[in-house]
Amino acid sequence: MGRRVLRLFLYQRELTPIVITIALFVYFAFRAGSNFTGSLSLSSAVGFAGPVGAIAIGEVLLLVLAEIDLSAGQVFLFCPWMMYWMHNDGLPLVLAIVVALLAVCLVGAINGLITVRLNVPSFVTTLAMNFILYGVVLVASNNLQGSPIPLSGETSFIAQLMGVWKWSEILWVIVLTIILSVLLTRTRFGVRITATGGNLVGAAEAGVPIRRVKVWCFVIVSFVAGLVGIVDSIKYGTLDPGNFGVDYILYAIGACVIGGTALTGGRGTVVGAFIGAILLGVLQDGLTVIGVSTNDFFIYVGVVIIIAMALNVQFDRLIARSRSR
Amino acid sequence: MSANPLPVQEPPVPAGATVLEVRGVTKSFGALSVLRGIDLTLHQGEVLGLVGDNGAGKSTLVKILCGFHPPDGGEILIDGEQVSFSSVESARSHGIETVYQDLALIPQLSVFQNLFLGHEITRLGPLRFLDKGEMRKLARQYLDDINVNVPSVDAEAEQLSGGQRQAIAVARAVRAASKILLLDEPLSAMGARESRLIIDLVKDLASSGRVSIIVIDHNYAHLFELCDRLNVIDGGRITLDQQVHETSIEELTELMVTAYRRQLAAVQNAGA
Repeated sequence: MGRRVLRLFLYQRELTPIVITIALFVYFAFRAGSNFTGSLSLSSAVGFAGPVGAIAIGEVLLLVLAEIDLSAGQVFLFCPWMMYWMHNDGLPLVLAIVVALLAVCLVGAINGLITVRLNVPSFVTTLAMNFILYGVVLVASNNLQGSPIPLSGETSFIAQLMGVWKWSEILWVIVLTIILSVLLTRTRFGVRITATGGNLVGAAEAGVPIRRVKVWCFVIVSFVAGLVGIVDSIKYGTLDPGNFGVDYILYAIGACVIGGTALTGGRGTVVGAFIGAILLGVLQDGLTVIGVSTNDFFIYVGVVIIIAMALNVQFDRLIARSRSR
Repeated sequence: MSANPLPVQEPPVPAGATVLEVRGVTKSFGALSVLRGIDLTLHQGEVLGLVGDNGAGKSTLVKILCGFHPPDGGEILIDGEQVSFSSVESARSHGIETVYQDLALIPQLSVFQNLFLGHEITRLGPLRFLDKGEMRKLARQYLDDINVNVPSVDAEAEQLSGGQRQAIAVARAVRAASKILLLDEPLSAMGARESRLIIDLVKDLASSGRVSIIVIDHNYAHLFELCDRLNVIDGGRITLDQQVHETSIEELTELMVTAYRRQLAAVQNAGA
């Protein structure tokens, strides 16, 4: 019985963060009652988990590939600016959104191509891309806030879906989580991601186009971050050029780790990354509601990440050691 | 598009026809000239053994034949037609499969996923959804057929013993090969029972006449049991080409020792 439970938690990595999230939820609900379970409080938790989750679920694909994208947070902020500029220049809204999404896909492709063709570590490629995008926004916006964002404040169905309805952002993230999870676990492309991250040379020798797989994953991360970035901007109605994407990406990587993904390649779960983001959102909101200073939140986040990573590494070792000969 | 569960039966080609011809292939890595003009032929249904010291160029030759490295010079002909491989995939499309020395299994993928890596059975057309049920079933069937024991086709490769992993790697290539199978030390890291199994697997495949095989191994006993013909590589060239029944382990050993002494002398002279 005990062994079976251990095996379950060993192979279903999402289970541990799910249990912890539920425990946190129950704890905060017990301490603060409807102050915590009320719609205002929960939408604040979701307001944190949405952006972090959107970036984390894409980031997992790269972590499985043993790569990383530090620019995804900035892409999340850059994409709505792109839409805003295009729309202000007279492009119809739909076209402005399409152009913005194409632009962030191009950013992802550049990240990927520099990484695989010039052999620059993706940590460095995307670190640089993060600064470049931040600078582009500062320069092009003249340091002025962007508003009003098209669709913001409207009540049409499209506007509701694209961010005005307060649960729409998390709904997008949930749908994208399902899509990316299916992609990673049920398609040939997913097998190729795992193979490339698990044994680069072996995958290449078996005929997996490792470079193409990597570039596509950089594109996917950018696309998902950019798409939800647009929804997020419509939700809040303004764009602040001073927002720095690194804030998002660090939480997102934390969410991946909490969700059960070690940064060693070959293993990772999209659903876990989403759960990790929810866990962080619940933690931040819950601490605020029970009156703990937001400063303490950072300490909790750090402790949770360390414990989660230690668990991930130990779990991976257990799997490797459980040779059933 | 779905892969065939078992090797495709090709129309029989007359035994003895030349399947692969290598003419004057050269390869250097920087200043290091590894292959200095390899000439080699492989006939239909034949098992050819490559013998040579470490660094003689055997593995480099295999990596050229499977499309992993491009050659610097020379020609490769398959069925009399000149080919040039831009990638492992393009070599594979000519029916060439390879088992590498460094074990091409992915530790985090299950046995059946490793077995089908590069040949996945998929559904829903361009979406390429994996047909896991079908692959599991075929993998179980196939591993039973060739007597490979694994705890489960769902076990991760990481959980297998070295010999089991090697057996899966060989089984994958044998399953997929339609013309030429390249085996780079297929029996390293294997126990006696597993070696036996691989030898039988390869001999079965060869006797079907469907596939021609090139095998590299350091163990002469294995080579003499497996191969029809042996080529010795020394200093980036083929220095001996003989049918197995025309030579003996003693002769081969003698030859290798001589080559080794000559190399040693050359190194000592260069140092002096």
